[in-house]
Amino acid sequence: MTFAVFLQHLANGIALGGMYALLAVGYNMVYGILRLTNFAHGDVFMMSAYIAFYTWLVFGLPWYVAFPVTMVLGALLGVIIERAAYRPLRQAPRISSMLAAIGVSFLLENIAFVVFGGRPKAFQRPPFLDQVFSIGSVSVPALTFVSIAASVLFLLLMSYIIYRTKPGLAMRALSMDSETARLMGININTMISLTFVLGSGLAAAGAIIWSLKYPQILPLMGALPGLKAFIGAVLGGIGSIPGAMLGAFLLGLGEIMLVAFLPTLTGYRDVFAFAILIVVLLFKPRGLLQGKEVPKV
Amino acid sequence: MKIAADRGKVLSLLGLVLFGLFLWWATGHWDPFLLRMLRLCGIYIVLGLGVNVVNGLAGQFSLGHGGFMLVGAYTLALLTLTPEKKEMCFYLVPCIAALRTLTLPFVVALVLAAILAAVVGFLVGAPALRVGGDYLALLTLAFSESIVVLAFNIMPITNGALGLKGIVDYASVWWVWGLAILAIFLTRSLAESNYGRALKAIREDEIAAEAMGVNLFYHKTLAFVYGAALCGIGGALLACINSSIEPSMFGFYFTFQILVMVIIGGLGSVTGTVIGAPLVTIMLEALRFIDNPVQLGPIRIPGIIGMRMVLFSTLLLMAILFFREGLVGSREFSWAGLARAVASLGRGKKQAG
Repeated sequence: MTFAVFLQHLANGIALGGMYALLAVGYNMVYGILRLTNFAHGDVFMMSAYIAFYTWLVFGLPWYVAFPVTMVLGALLGVIIERAAYRPLRQAPRISSMLAAIGVSFLLENIAFVVFGGRPKAFQRPPFLDQVFSIGSVSVPALTFVSIAASVLFLLLMSYIIYRTKPGLAMRALSMDSETARLMGININTMISLTFVLGSGLAAAGAIIWSLKYPQILPLMGALPGLKAFIGAVLGGIGSIPGAMLGAFLLGLGEIMLVAFLPTLTGYRDVFAFAILIVVLLFKPRGLLQGKEVPKV
Repeated sequence: MKIAADRGKVLSLLGLVLFGLFLWWATGHWDPFLLRMLRLCGIYIVLGLGVNVVNGLAGQFSLGHGGFMLVGAYTLALLTLTPEKKEMCFYLVPCIAALRTLTLPFVVALVLAAILAAVVGFLVGAPALRVGGDYLALLTLAFSESIVVLAFNIMPITNGALGLKGIVDYASVWWVWGLAILAIFLTRSLAESNYGRALKAIREDEIAAEAMGVNLFYHKTLAFVYGAALCGIGGALLACINSSIEPSMFGFYFTFQILVMVIIGGLGSVTGTVIGAPLVTIMLEALRFIDNPVQLGPIRIPGIIGMRMVLFSTLLLMAILFFREGLVGSREFSWAGLARAVASLGRGKKQAG
């Protein structure tokens, strides 16, 4: 493998990791506050991809309008799910809320099958994303740059909201000790809704980037990226925002590099992620970053 | 007390004989579709009990039972397929030599399916049961999905995505229900034994149970291995009834479907599973009319394929949200309890009258 090819794989790995990171942050925010593994997150991702498809390609809005609309609607979907399915179970045993999350995921997938059909729909790209940039012997499509840039931008924005604004402070306080936070006058319900707004909005952004890169959208498309992003979140340290980003990037890179260096193992690509999950949960259940002083959100 | 227990045994035996007569009548009079449903109900009871022992009785939330079912199903299929059929299945990559000509009787294959699933259950459970709660659910899910991916990729043994075809349907009504009844009695005895009490203690409070001298690892692993063995048997029977298997059948949603049966019945109750498994099986089939067009007088409502599953998942979500106990909660059926219920019903009527 030449250095140029390696750099190309590196770019692809970072791009994939960025998409996982956009999803992983949502998992970790929800887990930090509700201690709930939000199995429906991957399906919010899937629904957002369909929303983008319909607003942009069917209703014909220009992409720079359609994509923000998608993020807003994705965020709304997340809030609705929380209101309808998770809030009634907040005092219930955790096994119930986990089952509810799986139930929501099941419901969303079946709705997608009925409403959108089981046949894959072809997403398109704005033409400027198909240009290829060549630096020396490395040629990288514009899409890779844009997806990396967009992921990093959204992740930075999210970090800013969580670490530099008052609602972010409230969310961090909630995840440390929800009882005390409530006594300090933080409105728990509003903050949990905000968590779902931010997490699902990021998932919608991830879905758009994903659909641009892999332009086939399907009712079950959210399951695997959702699970992988979650594994990234566990790898980085469940409940930690920087951990989610780090873990997701590492997982994306690892997956691409595994396929690049050991092509015979391509079929085992998903086992690689599961193996990471198993090893991390057994030997370092708090993840890579939890050892240090990392605020949990 | 002794007499009541004896009377209970006699009544159970009587119930069994009556049920046996019903099965005998059904095999003579029902059409193949209904008989298939009858067999499926029995298989899902076995699978449901396997899931319930771990998730309900021991309170260890596991999502990994699809993997054990896969192991059972593939073991049975590979051991009972004749060499000619194997050659027809494995046309891309030849089967490994050890399995190519091996054909065993159904009973032996079934026992081996249970044993192998139990071994895999031990290999998964022994490390995974060190963690609890959500983490255990994720770990078992990861193990199970890895087994599915492995089945897709180890072509010389599993034939990958092509699957195995032409499995002989050994799972007669008698086999299925015989095994289901055996599983019900075994699980009931397990639940009422010292082991069962220890498992319930672990479910209620792990730390307190350990302080009382319950060996956590031993009991949890025992429940896990027993559940895996039942899932192996259920998977094997399912392979028979379907006549062909492929890895994706045993993914996460299949495990979830079994879990739904257990929850609808009542987590932790054998009785609940015995009611819940047939109920969900029949409901899934009965809801099929939704997918078909409906003629309401002059109005024709076109059928929407998949609407059935939407309705099913909505019902399921409602059950999880508002009906958390399931049908029977964690209560168990007993003849004495039935007698009390009938008696109180009679009293209620007298007072009303």
